[in-house]
Amino acid sequence: MGIQLSLLVTVVILLAGWVAGVLPFLKFIFGVILPYVALAVFAIGLIVRVLRWARSPVPFRITTTCGQEKSLPWIKQNKLDNPSSALGTLGRMALEVLFFRSLFRNTKASLKDDRLVYSVDKWLWFFSLAFHWSFLIIFLRHFRFFTEPIPFFVGFLQDIDGFFQVGLPIIYITDVAILVALTYLFLRRIFNAKVRIVSLPSDYFPLLLILGIAVTGVLMRYFLKTDLVAVKEFAVSILSFQPISNELLNKLSPLFMIHFTFVCTLLIYFPMSKLVHLGGIFMSPTRNLANNNRMKRHINPWNPVVAVHTYEEYEDEFREKMKAAGIPVEKEE
Amino acid sequence: MKIYDGWKIILGIVIGIAFFTMPIWLNLSSAQSKVKPKLVYPTDARQCIDDKDYMNHYHMDLLNYWRDSVVRLNMRYVVRNGVVLTHNGQKLEMSLTLTCLKCHSDKKNFCDQCHNYLQVKPYCWDCHVQPKEALK
Ligand code: HEM
Repeated sequence: MGIQLSLLVTVVILLAGWVAGVLPFLKFIFGVILPYVALAVFAIGLIVRVLRWARSPVPFRITTTCGQEKSLPWIKQNKLDNPSSALGTLGRMALEVLFFRSLFRNTKASLKDDRLVYSVDKWLWFFSLAFHWSFLIIFLRHFRFFTEPIPFFVGFLQDIDGFFQVGLPIIYITDVAILVALTYLFLRRIFNAKVRIVSLPSDYFPLLLILGIAVTGVLMRYFLKTDLVAVKEFAVSILSFQPISNELLNKLSPLFMIHFTFVCTLLIYFPMSKLVHLGGIFMSPTRNLANNNRMKRHINPWNPVVAVHTYEEYEDEFREKMKAAGIPVEKEE
Repeated sequence: MKIYDGWKIILGIVIGIAFFTMPIWLNLSSAQSKVKPKLVYPTDARQCIDDKDYMNHYHMDLLNYWRDSVVRLNMRYVVRNGVVLTHNGQKLEMSLTLTCLKCHSDKKNFCDQCHNYLQVKPYCWDCHVQPKEALK
């Protein structure tokens, strides 16, 4: 059921984008108003989500540790998997964010001869990493449409990405990678029964949406070409708050409008979906805290104030009586 | 409500939002963001190989096809409906330098205008020498 619903929603957005590419009135709404709404929802939504997480108290270090804790000097500490310093924590976070280190530990449970067997499974890690890096590089390459002058990194990324110089326009490695990786991630949810049973529309839909963006983008680059100068004038105008003429809007092809509508949908959907793990990963308390529970005192903020009567006060109060009864005291007076 | 590690989180949000809105700041901080490509079209020539829309969108496919035809199949002339096209009585060659650049001689004010605007760097010129008249 989840797949059909996600598919339906994706197709409706596709059709909306396509109709917007044909009807001038809708084109204005989808081309000029929608992007500003999308950018605002994305930015404000992301901030709200992060601040909401930030308000949770962090009284204690709840790191998940995968190595030797800092201990006696002759016991070797695993500084990355069980960091006790800020630097070590930074290292662990960097490995997590850039290379998905936790996911690398992913295992697969299966029944072999009626026995439960856990085995190594790196495919999810591999395709997931391929997808995320491709997305980032494609986003950064798109700066050739977004800004004038074009930042220095675009040319560099284009050269590396098109290293093999296959075809014309040169086929980007990331274009192939993102399509293959998204296909894997989607099929995994369909054919792996253990994953399918926990999959919801909110799992299928983001994959389909991003697949929609990638497919329309690839179509535009290699097959059904668009007026790129118009696209850039349009994008730069949006991103520098300049008015957009109807003439310019007319030059934007329906295929581009589909690509663009998908992207705006992604921006709006982002903060209210699981995709917000973009911000969430930095807020994971099991990853971003140093394991210094035994080195520093961490005070729980909601501990009630307890009236205490320390031994010193007790002795002060009863010293004379204790002495008289022959009970030893710490201070003589 | 106390925010633990507040300044780190605020810093993270600022960096994150700055990253995603980078195109806006880059555009707003540069007067060049209003500059658009200006094409100078040939004044003496009347007609191109194909219509303007096709040339605008697909000229790279055409040139790629020409390259393959000439280099791999030794087919040198532009054929349409089985007939070799001519221009001023001369057969039209499938050649960037001998055909396209004959009319579009001002590479700087034609090809480069859009190519630079969109960071398109055709790698033909990695090996081929740019024709002099096109370089001016
Ligand atoms: C972050 C979201 C986006 C993603 C993931 C994405 C993805 C892609 C992909 C995979 C391609 C294929 C070619 C390539 O890799 O360069 C592409 C092409 C394209 N995209 Fe996007 N895109 C995004 C946002 C946008 C936006 C906001 C615009 C317009 C302002 C845009 C305009 C285009 C155009 C015009 C092409 C054709 C490029 C060409 O012909 O060389 N994209 N996109």
